[in-house]
Amino acid sequence: MAANDRSDIILETQGLTREFSGFVAVDGVDLRVKTGQIHALIGPNGAGKTTCFNLLTSFLEPTRGTIRFKGRDITGMKPAMVARLGLVRSFQISAVFPHLTALENVRLALQRARGASFDFWRSESTLKVYDDRARALLNDVGLSGQEETIVVNLSYGLKRALEIATTLALEPEMMLLDEPTAGMAHGDVDRIVELIRRIRKGRTILMVEHNLSVVEGLCDTITVLTRGRVLAEGDYAEVSKNPEVIAAYLGSEHA
Amino acid sequence: MLGFSRSQFIAFLIMVALIVVCPFVLYPVFLMRVLCAALFACAFNLMIGYVGLLSFGHAAYFGMGSYVTAWTMKHWHLDAFLAIGLGGLTGAALGLVLGYLAIRRSGIYFAMITLALAQMVYFFCLEAPFTGGEDGIQQVPRGRMLGFLDLSNDMTMYWVVAAIFIGGFLTIHRIIHSPFGQVLKGIRENEPRATSLGYRTDDYKLIAFVLSCAITGIAGGTKALVFGIATLTDVHYSTSGEVVLITLLGGLGTVFGPAMGALIVTAMENYLAQAGAWVTVIQGAIFMVCVLAFRRGVIGEIANWRKLTL
Ligand SMILES: Nc1ncnc2c1ncn2[C@@H]1O[C@H](COP(=O)(O)OP(=O)(O)O)[C@@H](O)[C@H]1O
Ligand SMILES: [Mg+2]
Repeated sequence: MAANDRSDIILETQGLTREFSGFVAVDGVDLRVKTGQIHALIGPNGAGKTTCFNLLTSFLEPTRGTIRFKGRDITGMKPAMVARLGLVRSFQISAVFPHLTALENVRLALQRARGASFDFWRSESTLKVYDDRARALLNDVGLSGQEETIVVNLSYGLKRALEIATTLALEPEMMLLDEPTAGMAHGDVDRIVELIRRIRKGRTILMVEHNLSVVEGLCDTITVLTRGRVLAEGDYAEVSKNPEVIAAYLGSEHA
Repeated sequence: MLGFSRSQFIAFLIMVALIVVCPFVLYPVFLMRVLCAALFACAFNLMIGYVGLLSFGHAAYFGMGSYVTAWTMKHWHLDAFLAIGLGGLTGAALGLVLGYLAIRRSGIYFAMITLALAQMVYFFCLEAPFTGGEDGIQQVPRGRMLGFLDLSNDMTMYWVVAAIFIGGFLTIHRIIHSPFGQVLKGIRENEPRATSLGYRTDDYKLIAFVLSCAITGIAGGTKALVFGIATLTDVHYSTSGEVVLITLLGGLGTVFGPAMGALIVTAMENYLAQAGAWVTVIQGAIFMVCVLAFRRGVIGEIANWRKLTL
């Protein structure tokens, strides 16, 4: 158990389990993410990766098991509270506010710095103080010139970039990215990879990713999940040689 | 200006001009009925249009506001300002309790729960002694406003109602265009995302609900004062349905739609009154035509046609 106290672990789960009316989607997962790493969670469709993310961020309650973030037990905490502690997620389906402008999207995250915005009597021009920072963030992810675009009109790739900008606006210590490059054209994938590489400084990233070349180039540690269980863990070289992993991947993806 | 877009500001000026001119052309009492319905619909629209929650029990807050204003005017002879204020407070307090029970639900479940809770309020009003049961509270004196405005004069009463409506209208506009309103928009657009950014979305929705109920209570109280009566009709589910209809007809989620809807529906009720039972049928037919032909409501269609935000 001594290993559990290691201070370089930012996120740790023990026996994390989630059942959906008898069906075990996540089954006794012990996950440890080291501070500062990019950690990949891979596995065939239905392996339980998104469910894991939902558990880690309290969007779902675990049936069993515990989650510790920065040494603190966050199991059963309210999802908004988890976000405020610095563990912020993105979603598999693009998570933007479609009928607001790109600038307003990012500003909604920056606005969190005020604490709760219950002040319904103040003018929204109060929020102008965040405009410069929002522009800078949009610029960072390659969205300069799109500040006033209503987000529903942006391309898919730009929406994903905007999502990252919005997440970054919270300056989270740890980001969970669920398939950030899924469904993207090649050029867009490269841009997102480049972006992730730039933003990793000073933070920890846990990401679900299907594109193995992205995983190879980007991730320090890889956890392979199948049918809710951890099948293997290690760096890319180790994991990709693991016969069980090869079997699982070939078995379900190409069968 | 005032946080309005250009087209909205012009529409606002037109609305204010109409409010000022109309009492010299039309019956003030009819216009006051329109303004009370319009304020009620604006408050309702705050929930459905800007939070995306359909409250199917807004009559509860309207009716309780109406009862409390009527009762305190009649038995305590309060100043009208205080009595209407108490009506608003009643709406807010009831909204806080019932909203707390309902706000975790969404979509049809929210509508059903608000309806069920409003039915409980209706039965409470039916049985409670202070409401006067089937008779309601009648012959409520209009009294004075702020000590010096004698409201028994229809024109004085009209200007007070106009001021209350415009005040409420601008309050709602400010709520929508505040830092709070910005979070509300985020919640309406993508609630899980708002949560993942660290917003406790239920709290925001509940505050919006309480604000909506407070303004609804004020509308109810004002109505009670104008007509000197508070009855079971005010808390009946048909009143909840009517405000849905008004808002849909005028244009859900538009700033001026609810007021326009209130004008149309009230005018229909007023001028079709001779048609007796046929009113409901004609209303239903017009409503169906509108829903089929103008999905966005009158103001929504105009806005879409002229490419404006209204
Ligand atoms: N809310 C839910 N209710 C019932 N079953 C679910 C629910 N969410 C996920 N599942 C099931 O759990 C399994 C894992 O899903 P998911 O975590 O989305 O997989 P992945 O992201 O790895 O593709 C799937 O079989 C899915 O059908
Ligand atoms: Mg998934």
